[in-house]
Amino acid sequence: MHRKTIAVLSRMLAAREISAVELARAFLDRIERLDGTLHAFITVDPERTLAQARAADERIARGRPAPLTGIPVAHKDLFCAKGWLTTCGSRILSNFISPYDAHVIEQFNAAGAVLLGKTNMDEFAMGSSTENSHFGPARNPWNTECVAGGSSGGSAVAVAAGLVPACTGTDTGGSIRQPAALSGICGLKPTYGLCSRYGLIAFASSLDTPGPLAHDALDCAFMLNAMAGHDARDSTSLARPAVDYVQALRANAGARPLAGLRIGLPSEYFGDGVDGEVAAAVDAALAELRKLGAVTVDIALPAVKYSVPVYYVIAPAEASSNLSRFDGVRYGHRAERYADLADMYKKTRAEGFGPEVKRRILVGTYVLSHGYYDAYYLKAQQVRRLIADDFQRAYGRCDVIAGPTTPTAAFCIGDKADDPVQMYLNDIFTVAANLTGMPAMSIPCGTTTGGLPIGLQLQANHFAEARLLQVAHRFQQVTDWHLRAPPARSKTTVADSHEAARATQP
Amino acid sequence: MLSLDQVRALADLARIGLEDAEAARLQGDLNGIFAMVDEMLAVDTAGIEPMAHPQDARQRLREDVVTETDAHQLYQSVAPQVEDGLYLVPRVIE
Repeated sequence: MHRKTIAVLSRMLAAREISAVELARAFLDRIERLDGTLHAFITVDPERTLAQARAADERIARGRPAPLTGIPVAHKDLFCAKGWLTTCGSRILSNFISPYDAHVIEQFNAAGAVLLGKTNMDEFAMGSSTENSHFGPARNPWNTECVAGGSSGGSAVAVAAGLVPACTGTDTGGSIRQPAALSGICGLKPTYGLCSRYGLIAFASSLDTPGPLAHDALDCAFMLNAMAGHDARDSTSLARPAVDYVQALRANAGARPLAGLRIGLPSEYFGDGVDGEVAAAVDAALAELRKLGAVTVDIALPAVKYSVPVYYVIAPAEASSNLSRFDGVRYGHRAERYADLADMYKKTRAEGFGPEVKRRILVGTYVLSHGYYDAYYLKAQQVRRLIADDFQRAYGRCDVIAGPTTPTAAFCIGDKADDPVQMYLNDIFTVAANLTGMPAMSIPCGTTTGGLPIGLQLQANHFAEARLLQVAHRFQQVTDWHLRAPPARSKTTVADSHEAARATQP
Repeated sequence: MLSLDQVRALADLARIGLEDAEAARLQGDLNGIFAMVDEMLAVDTAGIEPMAHPQDARQRLREDVVTETDAHQLYQSVAPQVEDGLYLVPRVIE
């Protein structure tokens, strides 16, 4: 049951083969049994979950279910969910019960999805390993000595370990795609503006992007259908005609379903910095895509090598501004003893924020301060445009861009914790999509000899999510990397995978 | 290179209290981060328009009408200290 996809579960629920309450109980049991080790969740609340499941069963009984009615989901703990503890992985919000719902949460509630819990994350989404969580790191189910990636590491682990069929996450510099790659699942960062940021605890507002993590491309499509859409409460939310991403995967495919597709291979993503096993897995995936009819073209993205430096100016600048709201006055932690107002702010923030958050606030404060603004912040915004121009030029010659999601597979917990710059370089292939606002996804494409998953990143131009999902879906119809389960769990059977394939047919 | 005093001044601006040992560690971290960030300073950006938003979209304006209802009791229910509908902070004017 725990490896079944949304596509399959949705059909089972509609056919009354299982109830939403039974499904919720099954996943709550797995969380109870396995999450003590994995630490994918910060909060579970079985009473609330089961109440939602009962409501979903009533809706199914009335005969009006939506595709997600009764489907258990979990949300990264930076989506405000009314009545739920919403910590953002931080001590400063460790007592914050949200008084309202994020737009994305409202959408899932309206669809009748059942909230299983709130997932672990790097504090304020700042990190690539979930080691920066105030509540302790999430552990990779493929090897519990390894990191799960971050910052949406709890969401990635929850899906990979079969604690929930799908999760939400957010991606500011790779925080959906990198943990998806390291945990062996699929993660999609949509176009900036496609999914509302209303009710997300803000990190870097021009980069933050909510998106799904799930077992396969089809389930990402189910999730994106629920998440996308205009919301007037987010001033950067875009009003676009709705796309049915699930329907987009149902088109009839011949033997060469990717015929005509041009895949760009940037030399910058295939250099010395990439681990040999990762490079080999990506090459093998490209060979599969060629068999499906795609052609590959060499492209160049000369400015992309500045993505990480640019990111570590823009993201901290926006963060230092966004995080000024945590002052111990209106919500969250307040220091117990203080001399005056300024002392209260300083002690509250010194106690409430962890080391990485302090580093980034100080970097941001510096680059925005008088005398450095032009040299750093404006300069970074100019280089950001050069990077975006590179991608626009490249999309004149190709439809998608492919490469590894990360330079290496998962590393050990503690290995990079003392060296911020080494940690930042994990995001070398993922940050550009945030700077340009373009969609990108990671799908599993292999494992190392040590048994750790490897991710293939697919990127495309603004609003080309359907294209990305199609490419991933076609790849997954002829490969089985997305069906492989971490060792502690039973392997998905071939019958299950055929069942999933049937579910894509109208 | 940032000096220890500069790190302390930044922390002061950001309203974050720092112990001495923490300030020294942050000085090393920040200088490491800026050594990496400084790679972009060599890029020729003459005449390049800064990019503040991924789609270069303009900030949308809404009609100047009331959209919020009064929910102060709900919002203040999660505040550290309130009295008579007001957030309490240490006295700032003697």
